[in-house]
Order: sequence, then C-alpha cells, then structure tokens
Amino acid sequence: MRLTLWTYEGPPHVGAMRVATGMKKLHYVLHAPQGDSYADLLFTMIERRDRRPPVTYTTFQARDLGSDTAALFKTACREAAERFQPDALIIGSSCTAELIQDDPGGIAATMGLNIPVIPLELPSYQRKENFGADETFFQIVKNLAKPCERTKTTSCNLIGPTALGFRHRDDITEITALLEDMGIAVNATAPMGASPATIRQLGRAHFNVLMYPETGEAACRWMERALKLPYTKTIPIGVGAVREFIDEISALTGIAPYLDTHRLRFPWYSASVDSTYLTGKRVFIFGDGTHVATAARIARDEMGFDVAGIGCYNREQARMIRSLAKDYDVDPLITDDYLEVESRISELVPEMILGTQMERHIGKRLGIPCAVISAPVHVQDFPARYSPQMGIEGANVIFDSWVHPLVMGLEEHLLHMFREDFEFHDDAGASHHGHPADLRASSADAESAGLSEASDILWLKEAEKELRKVPFFVRGKARRNTESFALERGLTEIDVETLYEAKAHYAR
Amino acid sequence: MNAMGCRDAPVLRERGQREVFCGLTSIIWLHRKMQDAFFLVVGSRTCAHLLQSAAGVMIFAEPRFGTLILEETDLAGLADAQQELDREVAKLRARRTDIRRLFLVGSCPSEVIKLDLGKAAERLTRQYAPHFQVINFSGSGIETTFTQGEDSCLAAMAEELPETDSRQLLLAGALPDVAQHQALDLLQQMGVSPVTVLPSLSAADAPSIGKNTVFALTQPFLAETHDALRRRGAHHIAAPFPFGEEGTTAWLRAIAQAFSVDPDLFDRVTEAPRRRARRAVAKAHEILHGQSVFFFPDSQLEIPLARFLTRECGMRAIEIGTPYLHREIAAPDLELIEAGPVISEGQDVDRQLDRVRAARPDLTVCGLGLANPLEAEGLTTKWAIELVFTPVHFYEQAGDLAGLFSRPVRRRTALQQMRAA
Repeated sequence: MRLTLWTYEGPPHVGAMRVATGMKKLHYVLHAPQGDSYADLLFTMIERRDRRPPVTYTTFQARDLGSDTAALFKTACREAAERFQPDALIIGSSCTAELIQDDPGGIAATMGLNIPVIPLELPSYQRKENFGADETFFQIVKNLAKPCERTKTTSCNLIGPTALGFRHRDDITEITALLEDMGIAVNATAPMGASPATIRQLGRAHFNVLMYPETGEAACRWMERALKLPYTKTIPIGVGAVREFIDEISALTGIAPYLDTHRLRFPWYSASVDSTYLTGKRVFIFGDGTHVATAARIARDEMGFDVAGIGCYNREQARMIRSLAKDYDVDPLITDDYLEVESRISELVPEMILGTQMERHIGKRLGIPCAVISAPVHVQDFPARYSPQMGIEGANVIFDSWVHPLVMGLEEHLLHMFREDFEFHDDAGASHHGHPADLRASSADAESAGLSEASDILWLKEAEKELRKVPFFVRGKARRNTESFALERGLTEIDVETLYEAKAHYAR
Repeated sequence: MNAMGCRDAPVLRERGQREVFCGLTSIIWLHRKMQDAFFLVVGSRTCAHLLQSAAGVMIFAEPRFGTLILEETDLAGLADAQQELDREVAKLRARRTDIRRLFLVGSCPSEVIKLDLGKAAERLTRQYAPHFQVINFSGSGIETTFTQGEDSCLAAMAEELPETDSRQLLLAGALPDVAQHQALDLLQQMGVSPVTVLPSLSAADAPSIGKNTVFALTQPFLAETHDALRRRGAHHIAAPFPFGEEGTTAWLRAIAQAFSVDPDLFDRVTEAPRRRARRAVAKAHEILHGQSVFFFPDSQLEIPLARFLTRECGMRAIEIGTPYLHREIAAPDLELIEAGPVISEGQDVDRQLDRVRAARPDLTVCGLGLANPLEAEGLTTKWAIELVFTPVHFYEQAGDLAGLFSRPVRRRTALQQMRAA
C-alpha cells in the first residue's frame, strides 16, 4: 500500500477512455461499478466536450457479486452495440472488475457481434493512464490496420493526440500546416478524430509523425515493423526542435526542407533587451517526459535560463530523462509523489517552475512563479484561443506563457528603483496580475524582525531591515543564501555585513 | 389536489448503467466539516483520481484526505494488509499530529478482496486511545451512491457516540457553517435546548445520545444514520426538509411541537425570516414559474427540491429521479408534491436520456457528466453537485437556492441572440 494525496495520472482505463473519446464510431464497454462513471466529467467539464464519452459502464453492485456479473456484462455489451452502432468495440475492466475476473474480453468475443471486438489487458494495480492510452491505441491499430497501397504523393499520419491531451487540439492544426507547407499531406490523424475505418487506412501513408510518445509510441513501433512506416523521433516543441523536425522529415522523404518563419517571433523576443533579465534564471522542470525534455532545451538554449533540476512522473520515460539529466548536470527526479516534488523544489529554491497544475500549486505555496508545460490537464489548459505548443506558433505561445508569471523586465528595474515607495513597493507584485496591491501598512510592520528559518541563527535588526529592501521575488532566496552562508561559517548572528558578504559569495 | 400528493405514487424502478458518483465523493465536504479528522481511503488509483477530479480544483493545502493505493503485493497476499495499514497510520500520525479522528474508508476493491477495515479500526483505536479515534465506513461504489458516503460515515459515528439520558435535540447532517448557525440560532430563540450536532466540528464536542434524544435530519439521504440513531434509542422527528420558506417552516414547526414551543413564540421568531425568504424566492419565481423541470438521480435531494420548485417557484416536475428512495424519510415531502410527475429510482441512463429528449424540459437537473452534452442538444441544465456544496438550507438561503435554478434559465435568455446566429 502506498499513500497518495494527489496523483499525476489516473488509472489505465482512463487512458483507454482518452483514446475512445478522441475517436469516432468506436465504443468502449467497461466492466466497472457505478462510481467509475466519474471519469465522464473529465471530458465533459475539463475539455468542455459536447458529447458523452462513448463508454458503457456495466455498473455492477455488491449484490451482483455473489450472482452473475458476467451476465450483466453481456447485457450491457449487447445493448451498447445495438444502441450506438459502433464500427468496433473495445472491451476492458476497471480496477474492481479486474479483481472479479470475469474475462469480459473473452465473453465479448463469443457473443457473435458482427463488428471487430478488441479486448484490452490494462493491469490497474501496476500501470497508469499513459500506459493505458498507449496500449489501447496499439491494440486498436494492431487489430485493424493492414498493409495497403501508399498514396501517390507523399503523405504521413499524425500519431498520438487523444482527448484530454495537453494542447493536442491545436498542435494538430499547427503540424498539419507545417507539413502542408512542405507539400506533405496528412493521410490520417489518430487516435483524435479517427474512426475504425481511418485506422484501417493508416498504411496508405509514407511515414508517421509521432507527436506524443506517451500515447503513440507502441503503435508507431508496431507500424514500423508491420506496415513499414518509419516514424519521426523529434518532438517539434521549441525553435531548435522545429528546425530539426523539418530536417528529419526531409531526410525521411527526400523533400527539400522548408519552414515559413515569418510569424516566428520567439528568437527576436528572446534576444531583445527587455529579456536580459531572464538570463540565468534558475528553473525547475517537471511533467511528462516528452514535455520536460523539450522544455529543458528551450529553457537553456532559447531562453537563456539555468536548468536547476528536471524530472518526470511517468516511469516509461525515466531512462530518457535520466540520460538528459546528465547533459544538464542535474539530478533527475523520477516520481509520481507530489510531496517528493515539493521537497525537491523547496531544496533547490528555483526562481521559476515549469511544471504541471500540481507544481503550480506547489509554487503558489512556496511563492515561486510557475508556468504549466504538461498534463495532467485543468480547464485552463483548454483555452478558447488557438494555443499550440508545437511548431512556429507553439514557440511564440511558449515564450509568452513562460514570461507571464514573472515580473516583467523593466518592471523589475522599476521595483528596484522605487522600492521604498509606499504604493509602488515590492509587495505589490507584478502589475499585470489581477490581485489588488496592498498599501504598505506601516514602517513598524516592516521592521518586525522575524526569526530566521534556520532557527539557531539570529537576524540582527539592521540586517533584517536591509533584507526587506531586497525585492520580494528574490528575498526568500537572499534569506536562505545568507543563512546557509552563515551556517557554513559557524556564525550565529547575521548583520548587514554578513548579508553583503553572502551576496558577493553567491554573485554570478 | 390529492391529499396524499405523490406519497403513494408508483415508482419507476430502473436497473442499468448509472451516471453517478460513488460514496467516496462525500469526503470532499465531510473533511471540511470535521477539522480534526483525516479520511484515509483504502482503494485503488481510481479512488484517488475520483477524489481529485471531484474536488475540481486541488485544495490549496495538504488535504485531510488521501488514498492508500493497493498494489500487486497486497492483492497477491504477499503483504499483510493489516500490518501495512498499521505502518501507514503510524506514519500519518507522525506527520499530522493535529489529527484526532481517522476514518478508514472502504472502497470497491477493498470490499471485493474482503479487507477487514472494521477490525483494523478497532485495533488502532485501542492502540492509540484515548485521544485518537479510528472509525471505519464504506464509500464504495458497489454499496453507496454519492451522498450515501456521508450517510454511512454518520451512521458509523452514531454507533460510537457516548450514552446520555438527558433530553436533547440532535441535528444530523453535515451543513455549511453559515446554515448550521442560522438553524441553531432560530432554535435557541424558540428556547429549544440543548441542541447538539452530528458531525461535530471536533472530536472534543461530539454529541452524546440516548433514549431521551430526539433527532431531526437536515439531509434527506441519511437513511442508515436514521436507523443507527434509532437503534441507540433516539426518536426521529419526521418533517419535510428545510429547503425554501415552506420547508424550513414545516421542519422547524415539527421540532417546535416536539419541544412544546408556544405557537406565538414560534410565529414571532420565524416571522421576519419567513418574509425575507418569500421575498427572495419571489424574484426567481418570476423566471421559473410555468417552466418544467426534470431531475436525473444524483444526491437524493431531488424529492425535497422538487417540492420546493413546484410549490414555491411555480415549476412543473416531469420526472423526479433519485438514486434511492427511502419511503419513510421522503413521505412528508412526497405528500406535498402534486401528483403527476414520474418518480424514478435507480437509473438506466440511456433510457432516461431518451425520456428527457422526448420531454424537452425547460430545465434539467443532472450530474457533470451529462450537463454539457445536454446543453449541446439545446437543453438547459443545472448541475446537481453544486446543490451539495453550496449553502442552500433554511430561510436565509432560500433565495440562493432558487437562484441556482433560475440562473441557467436567465443565462439561456441572455445568450439567445448569439446562439441563434
């Protein structure tokens, strides 16, 4: 048993639901008790879907357990096939049904339904949501896709986008346009938007674009072997990665590389002087492996940040993140326990977090700004506006959304200049965030010398006063740096001298 | 109107796919109500994911609930589940020294593998007595629907309450603080005393119970609690539930009669808030009267709310679905609902969707999984979960309660032009 307060991933059958809900004319019969239908609201509320997920829950109750839950499954399965008339069925168990071992896949196969019936084996007590999505899509492809004649002109499939994916909707649009610019048509996008008929035609493409390894890699590997479709390895998130992606496609197809960059603003925005203040900002990056890897590259090579730590919650990407961590000379953190993530962030005291909605909450608690780069998703991750992560516009979106939580460059200077001002003081926060600024209460309040966080060190009043002059967004770090500087030297008191000694020591 | 209203109306019993939460969801509000309690679910990743998703937004602090996720080793019998529980509870106690009450909450998987949490609760209570109490209840989806989680929690607590012989009123049901204060204040003004509350804010002020205790339910879904309190010798005051001006007055009057409150005093105490409640509801009445309403089963609040909407807001009920119908508890509300609507118990969601599409009600009250899909089909919906998270009981909230239903209708009107285009 393991205590979990918040989880990064749902159970594997929710991954299967993400595939089914993204697709058309496919129905999922899930052997499950009534409460498991909560998962519908993830799609209807977070993603604002206008249709119920195509899932039938068999809804067994305690009183059914002694009798015939298998018969209940049969009835639900037959009624679903009749009512929804899908072109294929996927069959699975949720965690509770796995324990009662009815073998719903086996039962469905013998029911004489005249459509393909695809059984899923998703071990609920070992694996999680991403595995569930990846495995489900792989089974669908393996069961339905067949080798077929290639399209006359070069075409590809976009593989991996699902319902409830982080910006999948807009990434599809962006990558489709990018490929069209090179003269490459999209034969199919799957699972999102695909029907079983589309899956049968995947083999018409010349290659696959693997957009999200989390949900599409197993299928891509199988198609490489069985359908002779090579797939791209570069995830086109960030300026450098997009260019590399174009080169990779050119090498795969023999088509000359082409990238329309007239709307690409990221490089100039990052080079312009207002961005100088971004230099060397220490960032901690956490999320799914794919988004973390791309974010690390953008952070270091395109924003000029200093990567203080990286990690991912999905074990499937642990090896990749571990080897990447070596390049960045940081310790990788592979965990799905948010308390561990929180304690790592508290240790590293980064100036910014690039994380998930969980890290956004951790950041709120610790007073560290955070930009969201990865699932698990929140209703905020489905904005009305076009907001991809991939391609040219994706890079622009990333620049804006990473800078937004920070105090803007010029504003940071002004805060330094006016930090004694009663109105424009540092506790007022960034002017583009909605909260009202508190007027500074009184000088007495500002002087209330706090005990240090390391309780055996005393801050002298003058030093405490001096510390208050440091802008709020770096004050915590200044305090901690000064204290560890003092500790290392065996000091028990901090005076103004110690504060500035420490400042010089940590200067970069 | 028939004197018995819907009391003896035939019930459409449905058995099929349900679109409802399991009882674990109750933890979302119960943990806010008992501030020295921790709710430890013994279950699967699905349970943890449900709690997180139902909470909607993550709570901005370490939550006072968590899930002990069963792993392969637990299922294969390789690990001794009781030892594992002891270890995890010891760790939790070390980290959260403020916790006085621990609820071990059973789930679908823990019940299917027959993990004896009752035994664990007894052992742990003995081990940590006297300042740490461990109580077991089930929130599993194979046993409980949504608000029934609170019911089984309060029923389990009722078994453990100390004994008393003194005459008192006990109010059962977790209410938002603001509503609870109003009820206690009105009862105090009428001279009803002492009044205790289940669940109490902290273990220290837990109520006692005995044969001179009379109790009133503040929530209609407390059937098991009702039975548990009666087993402890307490007497139930049957009444309509305190929603709206009429419901609140009837509920208070039943208590006042049990405590022989002078009718003049009753009128004096209730007169001003009754007037305010009627005035506040009148605004929503303008919008809601003549409109039809259809309830999907969700929280068991459906019957008293249908009574409120039909009698105080002038609406017409087409179908009143409830996950579970407890005839005795629902009778006072059913009697007040004019015969006509279909009363349905349980669910076959696809068939119920066929009925709602055929009826095309002006307002559909349903869960979050159905609301947007129905809106997309042109139906106006009110999501039901808000009704258990928002203060809606008693006089001062009557207007807010009506507002929850009139807002979607007002919104439909406001957006009409844009949506037509």
